[in-house]
Amino acid sequence: MTDLTRLSAAQLAEKLSSRQVSAMEAVQAHLDRIGEVDPAINAFLHVNTDEALRVASEVDKERSIGDAMHPLAGVPIAVKDLIVTKGQPTTAGSKILEGWHSPYDATVVRRLRDAKMPILGKTNLDEFAMGSSTEHSAYGPTRNPWDLDRIPGGSGGGSAAAVAAFEAPLALGTDTGGSIRQPGAVTGTVGVKPTYGGVSRYGAIAMASSLDQIGPVTRTVLDAALLHEVIGGHDPHDSTSLTDPVGALAEAARNADVKGLRIGVIKELQGEGYQDGVQARFTEALDLLRQAGADVVEVSCPNFKYALGAYYLIMPSEASSNLAKYDGVRFGLRVVPDGAPTIERVMGATRAAGFGDEVKRRIILGTYALSAGYYDAYYGSAQKVRTLIQRDFDAAFTQADVLISPTAPTTAFKLGEKLDDPLAMYLNDVATIPANMAGVPGISVPGGLADGLPVGIQFLAPARQDARLYRAGAALEALLEDTWGGPLLAQAPEIAGVK
Amino acid sequence: MSTATAEILSFDEAMEKFDPVLGFEVHVELNTRTKMFSSAPNAFGDTPNTNVTPVDLGLPGVLPVINRVAVESSIKIGLALGCKIAEKCHFARKNYFYPDTPKNFQTSQYDEPIAYDGSIDIELADGTVFTIEIERAHMEEDAGKLTHMGGATGRIQGAEFSLVDYNRAGVPLVEIVTKPIVGVGARAPELAKAYVAAIREIVKNLGVSDAKMERGNVRCDANVSLKPKGQEKFGTRTETKNVNSLRAVEHAVRYEIQRHAAVLDAGGTITQETRHWHEDTRSTTAGRPKSDADDYRYFPEPDLVPVVTDDAWIEKLRSELPEPPAARRKRLQADWGYSDAEFRDVVNAGVMDAIEETIAAGVKPATARKWWMGEISRRAKIADVEPAELGVTPALIVELQGLIDAGKINDKLSREVLDGVLAGEGTPTEVVSQRGLEVVSDDGALLEAIDGALAAQPDVAEKIRGGKLQAVGAIVGGVMKATRGQADAGRVRQLILERLGVEG
Amino acid sequence: MPEITREDVAHLARLAHIDMTGEELDRMTGELSVIVDSIKTVSEVAGEDVPATSHPIPLSNVYRDDVIGETLTNEEALSGAPDNAAGRFKVPAILDEE
Ligand SMILES: [Mg+2]
Ligand SMILES: [Zn+2]
Repeated sequence: MTDLTRLSAAQLAEKLSSRQVSAMEAVQAHLDRIGEVDPAINAFLHVNTDEALRVASEVDKERSIGDAMHPLAGVPIAVKDLIVTKGQPTTAGSKILEGWHSPYDATVVRRLRDAKMPILGKTNLDEFAMGSSTEHSAYGPTRNPWDLDRIPGGSGGGSAAAVAAFEAPLALGTDTGGSIRQPGAVTGTVGVKPTYGGVSRYGAIAMASSLDQIGPVTRTVLDAALLHEVIGGHDPHDSTSLTDPVGALAEAARNADVKGLRIGVIKELQGEGYQDGVQARFTEALDLLRQAGADVVEVSCPNFKYALGAYYLIMPSEASSNLAKYDGVRFGLRVVPDGAPTIERVMGATRAAGFGDEVKRRIILGTYALSAGYYDAYYGSAQKVRTLIQRDFDAAFTQADVLISPTAPTTAFKLGEKLDDPLAMYLNDVATIPANMAGVPGISVPGGLADGLPVGIQFLAPARQDARLYRAGAALEALLEDTWGGPLLAQAPEIAGVK
Repeated sequence: MSTATAEILSFDEAMEKFDPVLGFEVHVELNTRTKMFSSAPNAFGDTPNTNVTPVDLGLPGVLPVINRVAVESSIKIGLALGCKIAEKCHFARKNYFYPDTPKNFQTSQYDEPIAYDGSIDIELADGTVFTIEIERAHMEEDAGKLTHMGGATGRIQGAEFSLVDYNRAGVPLVEIVTKPIVGVGARAPELAKAYVAAIREIVKNLGVSDAKMERGNVRCDANVSLKPKGQEKFGTRTETKNVNSLRAVEHAVRYEIQRHAAVLDAGGTITQETRHWHEDTRSTTAGRPKSDADDYRYFPEPDLVPVVTDDAWIEKLRSELPEPPAARRKRLQADWGYSDAEFRDVVNAGVMDAIEETIAAGVKPATARKWWMGEISRRAKIADVEPAELGVTPALIVELQGLIDAGKINDKLSREVLDGVLAGEGTPTEVVSQRGLEVVSDDGALLEAIDGALAAQPDVAEKIRGGKLQAVGAIVGGVMKATRGQADAGRVRQLILERLGVEG
Repeated sequence: MPEITREDVAHLARLAHIDMTGEELDRMTGELSVIVDSIKTVSEVAGEDVPATSHPIPLSNVYRDDVIGETLTNEEALSGAPDNAAGRFKVPAILDEE
């Protein structure tokens, strides 16, 4: 029998609906795989064995009596531990939420439950999604399945590594400055940041409200489209949720074709600062797209160079406010200093003990950027830069249907390599941040290997045109897989220490 | 700690030396069914922490959604205050840590209030009209409720711990802020009370708030500063927080004026700080001074999108506004034909609504006024309650007055009937029959009493026969005495004259 | 922009309610200076005429009808509380004894 963990979600769904495979078998195969490899990877903070098997058995029962079911019913999924789930712990990768159980489900989780997709567990992340390496988790780093000494990207390194290590066919991530796409790039997986408002944020623990977006983490572009259709669409619990229909995303992925598609190469997101191997894979991808009939043009986005700076004002400002609620009063950790301390002192001690260094750094930075006398120069100016970035996108999209760039400037770096250098860490997101600033959708697809490590190619589309990402992404995926003779992940080494 | 009885100057002396400048921030709780940003019930007095959703507890991952009715109520308040309504405005986050604030920020409006630049005319007890300029009215959310435990006083000072109930957290508020009020002089305390009363009346009349001050539906922060006579520049102000009855507003403003005056007169300076009002000692004590901890780091709430108004929406809401209280008063006075003084007394006694209902039930305006300003007010005073709270209904007055008009009882008896009704003995008619209070209308019985009275006072009878009609009163008095007041005096007089063969 | 001093960071930490040791303050002052230095050009990029963008996708007038929805039970509300009493969240004294 085929190894069920090697199937894409679409393939597994097909076997489930034709009853060649039971949901119990599918879930059990993935739980076994988690048991085997996760001690080495540390992608999961919590494995939801009982509930996942219970949902699987319900799917099998309903299917046996011929009930109509969602096409992905029984296909297991992992959820980034930034998204609240009733009946399972949610930690946000932080000590301050250790042991906390949400009394409510995130909207995306409700939609997974409605589709009867068994939730395998909660995946590791940089604390409160603050980081690009998953090293800032309070529960230890996640390791890159391609090389256990290297980072899986971040903040959603757990979701990306779980999918890359065949522990789950699908996962949910969140992307504030690249936290879905950059881990996708460095683990050889697919990651999508939908249009801002395209997927409800209700129940996603907020880092920066105007930038955060939940999205799919998968091994194929079609799988991402299928998952996007499950989680997307209007939610009245999120005031920033779009009322537009999700669109025919899977259809766009299935009818992938770049003939006549205008693809804009962003001049500012390549060359200097980009690793040679990354640049080489990017150039090859452009050649393939051209050969397939795409109209590849160069576009300039001169204000993108300010995106990182503006991002590091807006993100920490919003985060400093969003993280104020972790104070030891209503939920989570409470640290009581000696003596008869006031609530003020308890809050100070709780937050000192509960937050890690990167979280504290961003809270202090955000507090500074919003404080009296600095608001206009910092937060206000950053919002203006946001307008300029949006204008760059508007201009570029008059010349091109989609834009393209490498997803990240480098392949996966070594654990610990940038841990003491926040600025170097922040530079990882230079190519992914502009999309968050403007709210436009982006996808990262595997672009090949550089020195044996995955490289990601990013497509960006205008707001609400997520379908274009699936069309272009699936087309490039197909072109590249032809040259590789199969999926990139087939080339991944066996995970060391696993038989 | 400051003592409760700081030095104060006499009010008259304070007024000789200084001009007060006032300012008010009045918080009005809206009576929407649900909260400002969540679908939890907006209800008073339920089991703690049950009128809450994850949003009201600020749990991880939650997001706010604006209550449309709360926005519309806020716009109505703005319109009633003569404000301009913002074409576009947004919410902001006011960041500060406090355990009654679930997110450790309050979602409020900052640089773009929903309503701004209005004014209202305040009529003082003697009819003087004072115009107060409204700076802004903005939307925000209420905090939870803290109960301080373990201390001797139940106050925050000295408490061992506090308990938090978030049922009130997220209740919609409109904060109404005045521009500085100058030129009011010695009438400052009176104006303060009248202003808050006017706001309460307006929001109640609009139907957007229950407007019960004792429940905290309307809460006032009173700003006071003094400037020496003739000086242009404002002095340092203090903000007395949560002065929550009309009487307290008046007293708190008066006290702060006297306290400031004493400090300034002695060459001291006023600290810019919040003050706490103490009803028991009728004085204020120092709260928190302004500090750099008051850096609220406002920024636009990224989880909410702007409120955008258009003419059609505003005009629809304007068309739903009830008649403004001042216009209504003008109309009622003209309809009822009361003099200025009569009408002002009616308003000050708080019986205007009751009189309106009584007249609507079919009683003549003069008669309705006689009841409410006379017998009912007198009884209310004795019982130390508002006249409207005495339990006298318009229907009751209609019935009582009907009995009088029909000659069944007289004015004096009607008081006794009222006693019986208020004592729960039944309707006026039932009380009349049960207590046997009906006037003696049987002419035979009356004639017997008249004959007795005439026989007892033959000299008076002679005078009347001689044409001295004013003497008839003495015989009437005798008859009333004999019937224990249960006779219609008019009928008695008529019968006496008939008996004596004199033309009336 | 002025230098960020250790006192500034101590003040910010107080505003943010995060206790910091002296060593942390020193380290944070250095890190913050480097970060702020690298992003301060942002304040010079956009002119007066450029409007601010606070929401990436402009929407307006998103409201909820005034209809009561599902609430938490008292037990659910308190389920994550570090301490509670009498159906309420229990917190240490708010003011120091004076
Ligand atoms: Mg105020
Ligand atoms: Zn307020």
